[in-house]
Amino acid sequence: MNREEIDRTILSIIEPFNKKGVQITDSTTFAGDLEFDSLTVMDFVAEIEDSFDIIISMNQQAEIENYGQLVDAVNKLQGE
Amino acid sequence: MSDTATPELTIERDLFSKFDEIIAVRENLLSSGVTDPFSLVMEKVLSPTRAICNGRDTILLGTYNYMGMTFDPDVIQAGKDALDQFGAGTTGSRVLNGTYQGHRECEQALREFYAMDHAMVFSTGYQANLGIISTIAGKDDYIILDIDSHASIWDGCALGNAQVVPFKHNDIEAMEKRLKRVPEGAGKLVILEGVYSMLGDVAPLKEMVRVAKEHGAMVLVDEAHSMGFIGEHGRGVAEAQGVIDDVDFIIGTFSKSVGTVGGFCVSNHPKFEIMRLVCRPYVFTASLPPSVVATAATSIRKLMHGADKRAHLWENSRRLHGGLTALGFTLGTSEPQSAIVAVIMPDLERGAGMWEALLHEGLYVNLARPPATPANMTLLRCSLCAEHSAEQVETILGMFERAGKAVGII
Ligand SMILES: Cc1ncc(COP(=O)(O)O)c(C=O)c1O
Repeated sequence: MNREEIDRTILSIIEPFNKKGVQITDSTTFAGDLEFDSLTVMDFVAEIEDSFDIIISMNQQAEIENYGQLVDAVNKLQGE
Repeated sequence: MSDTATPELTIERDLFSKFDEIIAVRENLLSSGVTDPFSLVMEKVLSPTRAICNGRDTILLGTYNYMGMTFDPDVIQAGKDALDQFGAGTTGSRVLNGTYQGHRECEQALREFYAMDHAMVFSTGYQANLGIISTIAGKDDYIILDIDSHASIWDGCALGNAQVVPFKHNDIEAMEKRLKRVPEGAGKLVILEGVYSMLGDVAPLKEMVRVAKEHGAMVLVDEAHSMGFIGEHGRGVAEAQGVIDDVDFIIGTFSKSVGTVGGFCVSNHPKFEIMRLVCRPYVFTASLPPSVVATAATSIRKLMHGADKRAHLWENSRRLHGGLTALGFTLGTSEPQSAIVAVIMPDLERGAGMWEALLHEGLYVNLARPPATPANMTLLRCSLCAEHSAEQVETILGMFERAGKAVGII
């Protein structure tokens, strides 16, 4: 998958988690804009991991604050 | 609230500002007039199951004194003797001047209890997890752990440098998927608990340990809440489910069934003894006082022969679970799986109200709330003791009925 395809896949995964229908851009933050709590983060990350067959460790999650960073991280992890 | 108006304090932002939200939640709860559930004082302790709290004779249903060993006469005598003969404390690390005869004897008792080659005693169970996890899983290794793991396990992960990968609670498939994705050649440590203390549910260790081993992982199981009464010899859930021989490390504590304080790790790993030199939370802290290791060793040896007490503890757990279910309470598990029965509260306010109503009835239970609890639940956690009499359990059920109706939960 290229970055655009990854972007589209993640957008569709995010939808049910985006309860307030926030407009998603690269700078949308998970904790701030999307108001994800730790339980939501866990479920969301698990879905991303399963869709792309990757691991996003807690250590890596700590570096991911916004949507664009997540797409980049998945793109990178997928290439590994 | 005082009636003399206090001037509004204008405090600048400082390092404590990050706690403002927690302070506000707490103040809001206390302003409703409920007794602070997190500052109860036991004025006198009468037995493993009774104490005087706020001047009232109170049944204790929120301790981890599962086997009632705190007042065992042999245990107490051993502690007194050690105090007389070895003094009040060791004033030193296990690897320097802090290993006395008693520490060795305590480790010997653990080796016999678990039928394992190695035992290492730490100052607390918290430090045992902190030390073992952070030391054995290094940079580039992967820790695969249950998301509902105890704080000491998470802190062990945080202290180390490994990649930390949680999976959904007790979900074998989720665990296996993550194990499969670990990069080729990386070291793997799977961390599980026998009994999860918030809901009192047991892990499917039989399958999980098998899957972990199939993927070449080492397995650590925290059996803090099962020692002494689960498994044929009381070695825990891994023993009960027949997989203890495949578990690489068992972590335990003296602060629950053993009835004192301290922690340990037992293992059959041939190189395990090196831990004593490389594990910082073992090395850089003072060892347990002689009286504590003496009480622990005596208690552990008595737990090897505790079959009758164990049977009674299970009767108590079944009766309380069945009785609370019949009263209409929502419990953490649909059948009793351990000595913990968790009653799920609708919210923190009513949970605190119920907790207080029970205290007025003369019953102490544990109020547990986020972030310690899974799924942001507020829980009243009841933990049974082998020394609770059948009558006390009936009394407890009556108290729950009255308090539950008064607070409007049932
Ligand atoms: C699962 C688990 N592990 C470890 C510990 C820590 O034990 P200790 O009280 O000895 O520090 C506890 C107790 O709080 C626990 O519940």
